[in-house]
Amino acid sequence: MLQKIYDWVDERMDITPLWRDIADHEVPEHVNPAHHFSAFVYCFGGLTFFVTVIQVLSGMFLTMYYVPDIENAWKSVYYLQKEVAHGQIVRGMHHWGASLVIVMLFLHTLRVFFQGAYKKPRELNWVVGVLLFFVMLGLGFTGYLLPWDNKAYFATQVGLEIAAATPFIGDQIRTLLAGDPEIVGAQTLARFFAIHVFFLPAALFGLMAAHFIMIRKQGISGPL
Amino acid sequence: MSKKQVSRRQFLNYTLTGVGGFMAAGMLAPMVRFAIDPVLKPSASGEMHPVVEVSKITNTPQRFEWEVKQQDAWYESMVQKSAWVYVDKNDEIVALSPICTHLGCVVDWSSNEQYPDQFYCPCHGGRYTKDGVNVPGTPPTAPLPIYEHKVEEDMLYLGRAHDRGGGV
Repeated sequence: MLQKIYDWVDERMDITPLWRDIADHEVPEHVNPAHHFSAFVYCFGGLTFFVTVIQVLSGMFLTMYYVPDIENAWKSVYYLQKEVAHGQIVRGMHHWGASLVIVMLFLHTLRVFFQGAYKKPRELNWVVGVLLFFVMLGLGFTGYLLPWDNKAYFATQVGLEIAAATPFIGDQIRTLLAGDPEIVGAQTLARFFAIHVFFLPAALFGLMAAHFIMIRKQGISGPL
Repeated sequence: MSKKQVSRRQFLNYTLTGVGGFMAAGMLAPMVRFAIDPVLKPSASGEMHPVVEVSKITNTPQRFEWEVKQQDAWYESMVQKSAWVYVDKNDEIVALSPICTHLGCVVDWSSNEQYPDQFYCPCHGGRYTKDGVNVPGTPPTAPLPIYEHKVEEDMLYLGRAHDRGGGV
C-alpha cells in the first residue's frame, strides 16, 4: 500500500533522487565508531541537531498553553505543568533540553577545533557554526524570562545590564531589548517571546540549512 | 525450502525503522497527550446556585439573573447567567435557558405584540411556546434548554442547562 502510494508519486515527480542525495552516502571509515571507537566524537553535531528537534517540537506544544503576558505568564506555566496531562514532561523536555543543546554544541565545537576541521576550505562553515552558537545563546537568554518567576526576572535584569555596558550605544541596545528604558515588564516579556519563538528560530533554521549544505558540498574533513 | 531470506540490508532497514519509530513515538507521545488534554478532561460537575425565593415565581415567565464563579484554566471570573422561570399548570417550576437554539441570541418573553405569550428572538424572529418548544416554521430547530433545579428552604437553586432533543 505505502509502496504503491510512493510509486504513484515517484512516477509523476521523480522524488527518489531527492532523498537518495541526502540518505545515500558512505560514512568514511575514520568517522565510523564501529571501526574506531574514538570516532564517537563525530556524533556531537548530530546530537546537537537531535536535541534541537526536540526543543522545536516541545516548544511548539508549550505555546498551546503559555501566554506571554505579565499577569498570566506564570499562572499559565503553573497550570500547564501541574494540571495538564504530561505537562511536567513536556516542559521538562524543553527545560533540560535547553541546557543539553548548549553542552552538545560545545562538545561539537571542541571536536572541530581540536581536529582542526575548521581549516581551509571549511572556514566559512566555522563562521556559520559560531553564528549558530550565538543564536542558541540568544534562545537560551530570551526563553529564560518566559516563565516570569523571580529567577527569570532578575536573570534578565542582569542580562540587560550586561547589554547596557556596550560602549556608546549601550542604553539604546538595552531599551531595544527591554522595550522600555527603565522598566523590565510587559513590553519586555512580549518582546522576548516574539524573539524566542519567531525571530531566532527563523535565523536558526536558515543557518542550520547553510551549515548542512556546506557539509555536503565540502564533505567531512579527512582523518587526522 | 520456501523460507524467505531476509537480506542483511533488509534486516538493517527494519531494525533502524523500528528503533527510529520507537524513539519518535517516545518523544511525541507525551506531547500529543499534552495537546489533546482539554478533550479528555472530565467536565465540571453541575453545581447548584441560589437564584430567587420561590414566593417570587409566578405563572408568567420572569427573567432572573445570578452569578457563577467560572474557572477557565488559570483565569477565574464571575459569569452572569439568566433564566426564564415560571410555575406551570401542574405547579412545577420550569426554568428555561434564554439562549436561542438558532444562533445563540437572547430570547424575550412576550416582547413582540404580534405573538403574545410566546418567547421571541429579536435576531431572526425565532419563536417558542411557553414550555420552551420552538414554533414550527421559525428559524430554531430545537426547544430551549431546561435548567436543572431544586428547591431548598424556599429558595430556587439552578444548575446546568440541558439540551432537550427533538424539537418540531
